[in-house]
Amino acid sequence: MHQPGQKLNGSEIFFECLRREHVEYIFGYPGGSLLKVYETLHDVEDIKHILVRHEQGATHMAEGYARATGKPGVVLVTSGPGATNTVTGIANAYMDSTPMVVFTGQVPSTLIGNDAFQEADIVGITRPITKHNFLVKDVRDLAPTIRKAFYLATTGRPGPVLVDMPKDVLAAECAFEWQEGVDIRGFKPTFKCHANQVSRAAKMIAKAKRPVLYVGGGVISAGASEALLKLAVEQQIPVTMTLQGLGAFPGDNPLSMGMLGMHGTYWANQAVSHCDLLIAVGARFDDRVTGKIETFATQALKIHNDIDPTNVDKNVKVDLPVVGDAKDFLESILAEMPKSREDRAEWLGEIDAWRRQCPLDYTVEADSLKTEFVIEEVSRQTNGHAVIVTDVGQHQMWTSQYYKFTEPRSIITSGGLGTMGYGLPATIGAAFGIHDRPVVTICGDGGLMMNIQELVTAVHHKLPIKIFLINNQYLGMVRQWQELFHKEKYSFTDLEESNPDFVKVAEAFGCRAVSADNPEAASKAITDALAYNDGPILVDFRVIRKDMVFPMVPAGGSISDMLLARLNPKTMV
Amino acid sequence: MKHLISVLVENKFGTLNRVAAMFSARGFNLESISIGETEDPEVSRMTIVTRGEDRIISQVLKQLNRLVDTIKVTDLTHQPHVERELLLMSLKLSKTTQHEIFELSNVFKGKVVDIKQKSITIEIVGSPDKINTAIDMFRPFGIRELARSGAVAIHRGDA
Repeated sequence: MHQPGQKLNGSEIFFECLRREHVEYIFGYPGGSLLKVYETLHDVEDIKHILVRHEQGATHMAEGYARATGKPGVVLVTSGPGATNTVTGIANAYMDSTPMVVFTGQVPSTLIGNDAFQEADIVGITRPITKHNFLVKDVRDLAPTIRKAFYLATTGRPGPVLVDMPKDVLAAECAFEWQEGVDIRGFKPTFKCHANQVSRAAKMIAKAKRPVLYVGGGVISAGASEALLKLAVEQQIPVTMTLQGLGAFPGDNPLSMGMLGMHGTYWANQAVSHCDLLIAVGARFDDRVTGKIETFATQALKIHNDIDPTNVDKNVKVDLPVVGDAKDFLESILAEMPKSREDRAEWLGEIDAWRRQCPLDYTVEADSLKTEFVIEEVSRQTNGHAVIVTDVGQHQMWTSQYYKFTEPRSIITSGGLGTMGYGLPATIGAAFGIHDRPVVTICGDGGLMMNIQELVTAVHHKLPIKIFLINNQYLGMVRQWQELFHKEKYSFTDLEESNPDFVKVAEAFGCRAVSADNPEAASKAITDALAYNDGPILVDFRVIRKDMVFPMVPAGGSISDMLLARLNPKTMV
Repeated sequence: MKHLISVLVENKFGTLNRVAAMFSARGFNLESISIGETEDPEVSRMTIVTRGEDRIISQVLKQLNRLVDTIKVTDLTHQPHVERELLLMSLKLSKTTQHEIFELSNVFKGKVVDIKQKSITIEIVGSPDKINTAIDMFRPFGIRELARSGAVAIHRGDA
């Protein structure tokens, strides 16, 4: 480690800063404008560089790592195409509020604006999909900018920050200075919830006869799960989670109602539709959650706690906004709760009746395989303690329904942006951060194909990840919508003729692979895969092709009106 | 309704773009935006005129605040303030209209800043309403070109 005051070039400063930010891994890909950085990297031993095979893969890996560990993910890519290839991953991290710092090389500052070779205005391109971004024009600004970037990415509502570094800046020298403290006058997030708002919230909770806690990813990023559990149990409040909130509350606790919204459970949606108090914590009333806004939780007073004031009153008008950190909110509420409260046995009984009325259910047949079975089996065999990374589509929704997430940071999934191709690289990133639990991808055949090149990265590093491919040879979720809402015109969703043999593909990459097409074989394949730790393993689950995810709220419909099954799609309840 | 928002921002490359892009990305109305350095060379003041229902305006203010380069966001609409806009307008000039143009310009406390055989350029300062009226009144003479600065505004009083 170099000492402050020492004269260093930009590339050396770059690594000095990363050391001081305690960066373990960089997910990167070299290129022309980063040659100086890679020259320096050659002799860096304490920070590990993971060579990806496509820059999009690097961003998803960084995000998987960040979501699994809570630490910011770091990406390093070259200018132009290297930078533009990160756009989807950055947008994904922005939508899901994942802390990430993306470093892009840039053409020399003297050439910026000249349409130079491999030049792209990545600061301009990523402005609306980053929390903030920087172009470093002077080597003396490099260290303070990197400090600011990490601070911004991890403080308040987390998110991606991009730092663009021109080639000449990385070569120029200056005395290295490091200042731990950051003061950005335009960035002062509110952590501490307003005391009056908290005590009003506590009173509303005590008085509520039919309360529901609706919690999102904010609870996980704030590390507020313990406080949430305490509040829910002490106050006997049922809890429903968003996709990103799964794991914030133990799925096996009787108060857990699972996920709400479009593919949420029937009883969670009924509870939200009938509650008299909705306590939203670290969630943002996304359209996949609320369905038709006008009919969403109309009988309820609404409390909304969020660290980001823009989320409050954005989609749904609330009665009591409480801006601040979710942990601070829940802990302050616990401290403020009056001694007595309403009895909630009747309310919990009603929810239980809804649960019994329309449970999550499927049938198992000996000679064909259903995704629900595969996921429930993975859940059973891992005791709900694996880190599950999904791709996007039907398998993702089944995972949310059938895997019993019991702890925070155990589901990593592209929620906001819905990025196909996210699963495999995000799993790889998570596997670099997590060593004491199995790290599992559940993905579809469409999504796996979108970043399949990263199998090389997994094989090269002998990562013991389990790639559970839910292979129905369809873009299943699109197919489902085509069947239900688009006159059964199955345009370009049938992949049967064009898909490769995934077992052979995996083997060509040097990855062990097997397939399974019935429940018995599937169970055994899962057991074997979980026991195999010498590298990645892919299981090609040949599931029935035209299965659909239910229950379902049609887009724009009310969450109280769910489609419960395909046989009678007109059944509204 | 119309809102007048004053925003102190970091006087940095790209700040105007961040603000303008946020308006377009979120579909907010942006009627005018003006920006200039303040007494502190590291800080610029932006004056933004936008329209929307209360809920939209509340989002506009919050989204402005969320940008890292914004330091202070104030909705001046319901506070005592002074609002001004500058109009530069070039009109067709002839012997027959010359007199009338001068007289009308006086009504608006205008200043002649350029005059040629066939054209005259007038400068008028006032509230955006006054500028609108002036443009309407001068239109019959034939407007060759005009430029408006957009509103700038500042708090009134000691507060």
